[in-house]
Amino acid sequence: MMNSEYTKIVKDHFFHPRNVGRLSTPSGSGTVGNPSCGDVMTIDIQVENDIIKDVKFQTYGCAAAIASGSMTTELIKGRSITECKKLTMNNIITELGGLPKEKTHCSNLATEALKKAINDYQKKHHCD
Amino acid sequence: MKEVYLDYAASTPVDPEVIKTMNPYFLEIYGNPSSTHQKGLEASKGVENAREQVASCFNVSPETILFTSGGTEADNLALKGIAFQYSPHDLDDGSHIITSTIEHPAVLNTCKQLEAYGYNVTYLPVDKTGIIDLDQLEETISKDTLLISIMYANNEIGTIEPVKEIGKIAHKHDVLFHTDAVQAVGKIPIDLSSLPIDLLSVSSHKIYGPKGVGALYHNLGISFDPLLQGGGHEQGKRSGTLNTPGIVGLGKACELSQKRLQKDISHLKKLRDYLIDQLREIEASTLNGHPTKRLVNNVHYRFKAVEGNALHSRLNEQGVYIATGSACSSKKILPSHVLIALGLTVEEAISSARFTVGRLTTTEDIDYIVPILKESINNLRLISPLWNQQ
Repeated sequence: MMNSEYTKIVKDHFFHPRNVGRLSTPSGSGTVGNPSCGDVMTIDIQVENDIIKDVKFQTYGCAAAIASGSMTTELIKGRSITECKKLTMNNIITELGGLPKEKTHCSNLATEALKKAINDYQKKHHCD
Repeated sequence: MKEVYLDYAASTPVDPEVIKTMNPYFLEIYGNPSSTHQKGLEASKGVENAREQVASCFNVSPETILFTSGGTEADNLALKGIAFQYSPHDLDDGSHIITSTIEHPAVLNTCKQLEAYGYNVTYLPVDKTGIIDLDQLEETISKDTLLISIMYANNEIGTIEPVKEIGKIAHKHDVLFHTDAVQAVGKIPIDLSSLPIDLLSVSSHKIYGPKGVGALYHNLGISFDPLLQGGGHEQGKRSGTLNTPGIVGLGKACELSQKRLQKDISHLKKLRDYLIDQLREIEASTLNGHPTKRLVNNVHYRFKAVEGNALHSRLNEQGVYIATGSACSSKKILPSHVLIALGLTVEEAISSARFTVGRLTTTEDIDYIVPILKESINNLRLISPLWNQQ
């Protein structure tokens, strides 16, 4: 895919992804995709009083997938679980200033990983 | 920003000498080569001179060279031109064609089309280095086999097929042999007077010639159905007004490629091996393809846990241009059919990248890109969930 189609924001997050890595004791954790599909995304969240205090992510995927993961971590840090559950693929794409059409599924990967992480947290803490 | 182009297998810049040869054919010698007036005759002279240049490059007679719009058309013409002379069900077991699983889409998709028409196609597998099995080839030949089409050298991994042996087997069974030599020309000496090859596809823009022109060599005894009907150009085998500037460009490019062949080979080989030596220092990384039966300009490497498209994007932003074989579809990343045919996992295939050097590549270029490449790989591994599992 042509990189010229990527916005400045995408390029910034791609070259300098925020909140990369894993949390040692996450409240919730979500992984979606697998290497045989071409991309993998993992999001760990640390939740205190219903607020996402810390978040880390990892991606094996293209520039759009990496930027989407990074942007997602920025958008959810400090927000309540209720707010984060409302985060959509389109929110991420808008924040990134847009993505090439064939790359939109990459941001879906991030929202799916987040959803899984939140579910994991809620399951562990018997709440919803 | 400094730019380093390492995608010569995709295309090459046109040689200034080629441009110089082409230029008069736009403004001065613009006649239709089929016209019999002076303007036409001059153009026709240019075309016939180019035919001789191409023929001489392969040590064959000019009548065996047919000009096309490129490698893709040459492949289509060879396969369909032969197949269409037979109805798909003419022969007892159906008219049969043999090819390999790692062919260029120009051959693979033509075979798929022929299959849809009812022809019988066998796709030979390859070993983990990309080479077909000659015994299996011979076993696959039946009395209804019309044609074998196996590439001279693979465009992705650079593996060189045993074309001489393939041709011998084909001829032993009275089967025609076509080879797509688009990547091989200019990197391997090809003397068609001593090789058992009946049809061979050539592309101009891979050998420092212009885009939109190619050639099909065909043994004179062979007849085939034309793909294009029209004014009966090229002895009725390929209608359409001849692309005079393109054709004289291809002719010159062939002449130069023949003249520089030994120089080019040693230059490319030196750079290829230099790059491979540097890549060996990167941990958990492997050369794809064959260690020695390999095009002199091809380096195809896989880097554990590094997604190829991401690597491609990082390098692109830094002015380093490479290729990956995988394509991004709407749902997932599609790995290269060639790498999958070698037996690589999807993850291994997607974590691969192709670097192809050319005439203009220098040792300084390699020295420049290696640190950028290493930094990119390190950074992508830091982000990658697959690297942690190491």
